Amino acid sequence: MTSTALNLNYLQVKKGIFSWIFSVDHKRIGLLYLYSLITFFLVGATLGVLMRLELLNPGKDLFEAQTYNQIFTMHGVIMIFLFIIPSIPAVFGNFFLPIMLGTDDVSFPRLNLLSWWIYIIGAIMALSTLIFGDGPADTGWTFYAPYSVKTGTNVTMSVLAAFVLGFSSILTGLNFIVTIHRLRTPGMTFLKMPLFAWALYATSWIQLLATPIVGITLLMIVAERVFGVGLFDPSIGGDPILYQHLFWIYSHPAVYIMALPAFGIISELLPTFSNRTIFGYKAIAFSSLAIAFVGYFVWGHHMFTSGMSGTARIIYSILTFLVAIPTAIKVFNWVATLYKGSIDVQPPLLYALGFIFQFMIGGLSGVVLGALAADIHLHDTYFVVGHFHYVMFGGTGFAFFGALHYWYPKIWGRMYNKLVANIAFFILFIGFNLLYFPMMVVGLMGMPRRYYDYLPEFHLPNMISTFGSWIVAVGLLLMLGNLIAGFRRKREAIVRNPWGTGITLEWQTLSPPPLANFDRMPVLPQDGPYDFDHKPEIKE
Amino acid sequence: MRTGASTFAEGVDLSLYIIAGISVFFLVGITAVMIYFVFRYNKKRNPKATNIEGNNTLEVVWTVIPTILVMIMFYYGWMGYKPMREVPDDAIVIEAHAQMWKFSFQYPDGKITDTLVVPVNRHVKLNLHSRDVLHSLFIPAFRLKEDMVPGGNNYLWFNPNLEGRYDILCAEYCGQLHSFMLSSVTVVSDADYQNWLTSAPSTSDEHPGLAVLKQNACLTCHSQDGSKIIGPSFKGIYGKTEMVETDGVEREIVIDSAYIARSIKDPNADIVKGYMKGLMVSYEGVVTDEQIADIVDYIKNLK
Repeated sequence: MTSTALNLNYLQVKKGIFSWIFSVDHKRIGLLYLYSLITFFLVGATLGVLMRLELLNPGKDLFEAQTYNQIFTMHGVIMIFLFIIPSIPAVFGNFFLPIMLGTDDVSFPRLNLLSWWIYIIGAIMALSTLIFGDGPADTGWTFYAPYSVKTGTNVTMSVLAAFVLGFSSILTGLNFIVTIHRLRTPGMTFLKMPLFAWALYATSWIQLLATPIVGITLLMIVAERVFGVGLFDPSIGGDPILYQHLFWIYSHPAVYIMALPAFGIISELLPTFSNRTIFGYKAIAFSSLAIAFVGYFVWGHHMFTSGMSGTARIIYSILTFLVAIPTAIKVFNWVATLYKGSIDVQPPLLYALGFIFQFMIGGLSGVVLGALAADIHLHDTYFVVGHFHYVMFGGTGFAFFGALHYWYPKIWGRMYNKLVANIAFFILFIGFNLLYFPMMVVGLMGMPRRYYDYLPEFHLPNMISTFGSWIVAVGLLLMLGNLIAGFRRKREAIVRNPWGTGITLEWQTLSPPPLANFDRMPVLPQDGPYDFDHKPEIKE
Repeated sequence: MRTGASTFAEGVDLSLYIIAGISVFFLVGITAVMIYFVFRYNKKRNPKATNIEGNNTLEVVWTVIPTILVMIMFYYGWMGYKPMREVPDDAIVIEAHAQMWKFSFQYPDGKITDTLVVPVNRHVKLNLHSRDVLHSLFIPAFRLKEDMVPGGNNYLWFNPNLEGRYDILCAEYCGQLHSFMLSSVTVVSDADYQNWLTSAPSTSDEHPGLAVLKQNACLTCHSQDGSKIIGPSFKGIYGKTEMVETDGVEREIVIDSAYIARSIKDPNADIVKGYMKGLMVSYEGVVTDEQIADIVDYIKNLK
């Protein structure tokens, strides 16, 4: 075989840092995102462990109150804006959406590179508050007015960073929508698209339509701080409740930006490792759209105690319960996909099963918060903190790790140690539940969130939670260490379809894929993307 | 959870138990089925999968059942919440004030306290005010919470049905000492309440200036021992020469009674170097000129 450019994979075509940071190849951009996201995730996780350490005992352990408040704000800003919002779409969407659609790149490759650069600029701005100005913001990631207008910390820069990061999200969403509409391989109708593409499609519309609202809102905070315009601060004629409405009009749909791509990942993992077709393809595909749509109209449930009218509270409560229905439909279909499968328990499947369990706890605790009476008691307590970590970390985070283990051989053409991967999963799973379940208990007991210090009766659950954080840290390090060690393992020839049962198009190409994604025309399964009865034969 | 001590506790707890019951049922059930499938249809036991693309009856069933269940949950949530918005006419009305990082309560006859005392089995309404940023008055034992919004007119009411002392916490993040913003509500018999209400405030030989400082929570930010909290310490401050920033220009001033009065009425006019602007609100109209004179007199002697 001659060593033509066609035979080189995308990792080999060019070398050097500039061939990466100026690459317009969607696969390399996906990896640029992956490496930056993991870096910020580790920073955010370290801050999280420090917070738990401070909360190990009542009273001062490590930091002053002000430092603690800045740490939890930084933890939130990093985890939300720098990790979980871009996470699955920016990494796995970029890498695999074009391949799964059977095409060679996204519609606008240069715009794609620009999105990553905007992301990096936003990230530098957010982290610059650690060094420059009057210290990082101490407002919480929600930047609630009027405190965010009054505090002397560097809120302006943090808010501008979030504003800039929004553009990265909008452009990625735009790119994916156009790619899905225009670049599907011949024969792939919308209803023959993999479910991951469906999930990204629903997500992209939210990114495109909702993000501008938070952009404007955050600029209003800057205007208020710099020029004293009088939008949100009542002492100069503003309304703090207005800020909350504007903020949550974006930030609630943003929750689905974080969750929907994870649903897409799970819908890919289950058929592959059950070696059978997905149960209820259309129900899963359309429920993503339903969640994206209804998710626009439920933001008021973040404000049940803010002083909204009684009527508004009732309407938002009903709408919130409606979101639970398409979500429940997804869970039932996933579990039904295991039925009469031929299940191969591999590390990615463990993450998918862990996802379903933890996401159910996250979702059901969300239903508790949607009920007016229960929410009045639980609002702004640690119950809420436990709830969203179950959804975001136990859900989206576990789906992200599952995807990383699933596509690892395809991305790098190597394999990690599966036994260590399984052990890391169980450590992470146990640690996770020890870390976050006690938060829901202590919330029921009445401990408010964003608390530097707490009453003695809250001690035990806090202590267990801190122990859990150490186990999670060990699990994360073992998992990442194992994946990194996989790069250095003796290279075995990774076949095109290393799991043996992958059916979507990325498993028909080489591992790692060539620069143009496919060395030969991909063949669609006869009857829909998960037609395991008529799987195209894959020759090496 | 703590024992409920208000008439709302029953409705809130009922909604919690119903939702938690349904949730635990589904969580355990679905997880058990999932684990069973993973063992039963493991590829060792079941080498050949059966491709089932879906089942319309099942889809309908598991759409309709959750719909009914969430409507039941909504109903109980609403029923538990509904009485919280219907204030009885005969409620005792107390004005609750919040500021960074202190609650205070003003009774109809003018009595002002840091902690709440209420009679058992009577309706009590709190009008919620904030002087600076968002706060939230949270009484876990009453299962009750409502935000205190500056410029807003929120309220809550309750009927305490169990005597005892219960925590009041601030549930909305409000800055540095948010977690130390605590108070309590003591539920007493009607007779004890009347006694407490009419008892003269305990006369102490405290300096009147110190009393004003305490009452307005000045000391949460300004120490008396020279340590720096949020604002400058009061110790030895009188007569000192300081660099201040006025409209972005630095200038040197001597701290005298005029400066102290200005700092109370217009706190952001002259900011001492090294301190943050915007954290203190004006106390004009809250503290009288006589009280300011008392404060000045007290600070003068705080060497």
